[in-house]
Amino acid sequence: MAKSLEFERPLLELYDKIEQLKGLSNGNDNLADEITQIEKRAEKMRKEIYSNLTPNQIIQIARHPNRPDSLSLARLICDNFFTLHGDRVYRDDPSIIGGIGFVKKSRVMLIGHQKGHGTKENIYRNFGMPHPEGYRKALRLMKLAEKFGIPIITLIDTPGAFPGIEAEQRGQAEAIARNLKEMSDISVPIISFVIGEGGSGGALAIGVSNKMYMLEYSVYSVISPEGCASILFRDAKKADIASLNLKITAKDVLKLGVIDEIIKEPLGGAHNSWKKVASTIKRQITKDLNEFNVQSEQEIKDQRYNKFRQMGRFTS
Amino acid sequence: MSILDWFANKKNLDKKKSIKNIDKLNIPGNLWVKCPKCSEVLFSKDLELSYKVCSKCSFHFRITPEERIDYLLDNNSFVELDKDIKPVDFLKFEDTEPYEDRLIKAQEKSKYLDAIIIGTAKINGIPVNIGIMNFFFMGGSMGSVVGEKITRIIENGIETKNPVIIFTSSGGARMQEGILSLMQMAKTSAAISKLSSLKIPYITVLCDPTTGGTSASFAMLGDIQIAEPGALISFAGPRVIEQTIKQKIPSGFQRSEFLLDHGMIDNVVHRKDLKKTLKNIISILQAQEENK
Ligand SMILES: [Zn+2]
Repeated sequence: MAKSLEFERPLLELYDKIEQLKGLSNGNDNLADEITQIEKRAEKMRKEIYSNLTPNQIIQIARHPNRPDSLSLARLICDNFFTLHGDRVYRDDPSIIGGIGFVKKSRVMLIGHQKGHGTKENIYRNFGMPHPEGYRKALRLMKLAEKFGIPIITLIDTPGAFPGIEAEQRGQAEAIARNLKEMSDISVPIISFVIGEGGSGGALAIGVSNKMYMLEYSVYSVISPEGCASILFRDAKKADIASLNLKITAKDVLKLGVIDEIIKEPLGGAHNSWKKVASTIKRQITKDLNEFNVQSEQEIKDQRYNKFRQMGRFTS
Repeated sequence: MSILDWFANKKNLDKKKSIKNIDKLNIPGNLWVKCPKCSEVLFSKDLELSYKVCSKCSFHFRITPEERIDYLLDNNSFVELDKDIKPVDFLKFEDTEPYEDRLIKAQEKSKYLDAIIIGTAKINGIPVNIGIMNFFFMGGSMGSVVGEKITRIIENGIETKNPVIIFTSSGGARMQEGILSLMQMAKTSAAISKLSSLKIPYITVLCDPTTGGTSASFAMLGDIQIAEPGALISFAGPRVIEQTIKQKIPSGFQRSEFLLDHGMIDNVVHRKDLKKTLKNIISILQAQEENK
């Protein structure tokens, strides 16, 4: 059984009970009735839990160890996916993956943050926190895509940039900044999906896109709720209140005009069916690429520029 | 994330401030200030006349936008633009106090509406577009107003062909404006891309501190990047690094001179030489334009 989330525990207890009863029943009709009853109750409970999630609970789903990762999704979304590596300067950063393939008949360049599923894999992937060479690889691949007129898909899933000495020494601020600048002027369409955690500058560094989506139980934030809590609330344990204040859920971010739409997840979260998630994303990509097909390079650039140009709220 | 670090600095600064207050010897008509770096006691009139730089150890004090205008721009040449743009507490953000209250306090204390002023000015007769961040306003943090004003001074540069110079001093994105603060990084960087494609010079002067979302957007996108001596320039600051990954920080790490050594900036320039340096750079970059 996958790691359970705290708020799902009452539900899992019900499932346990169902299993036990099934073991006992042996075709006993009375018990069979009761099992059906409990199953109905469990289904109802599941719907209730998932329709009233707090931001903090959504974060837990977004960080679920079995949540689909970029590389797995890339292989489910694309045909003939071929991975591409390295920034041609320093090294290949395993926390960002990229490659080319087909989505139906369209060519795509797919780039994403890469988390692991176990401890060992997560250490290799640096928990999805890129070093500068990761952003530089992403930019190299985007420029390559632009050269050959290939649309770009990015999958965002990172706690944020890596707070380490080497990452700073090699200029992660410059690497992120350069991506923001260059992405704003790329002549092919860019479509982004926040699939898990959209953490701060590390997320935005591959997120300056024409179309931006968030999976239903993903989050997108200027700072992690934990970081915000320890700075503003002077108490890292107040991440809960910080997450409420920061407005980081897909619904909130949609209201603020930063994303175009929310991508529905299977009931109980994306970790319950990677295939379903992949096919929903694939459908969205196909739909968008059809729209972009009739647009000129200039129109594509202008749409992206104007979208970001109007972001921000103030009075005068 | 590096905002963590900004707060660490702020605390240090507060400490320094209180020390400084004790060290202010209020002899009638005189005011003395102790250098936080070398502890030299400085006559505050002298300090002001020497660009707020310690005469003994060259420690660069943080300065206000007025002081920067005074030290670096031609007399009475600065014309402020878009001064009425005001921040809004659109998230109803409340930590230890509501964002709305924080804004009012910062506005009363600093006499500014937000953490940047922009305008046109002259440097030795050359017309320039200027943005000056104000660290004394909520740590120079970037929310919608800062992002908008940076974007507008760049757009103005696109219209007038004036070179754009931005003095950065900022702890990073303003958390109280949530995801829209993050989006200011994209907005300002996109505007710089347009400016750059028209070959209009864009120069950044990185002042203490320049961290987080500010360094990871318009601060690090200069055609030429200059830093004042000893400025903290980083994405994730030293405190965050120490706390999260328990790495020991080498001395001088993330200071201007460190960034120069690591190829991240073009030069480190003493405040007294900034004006003539900027004039020189602009006249060389623009001369090339005129020869075409
Ligand atoms: Zn000194």
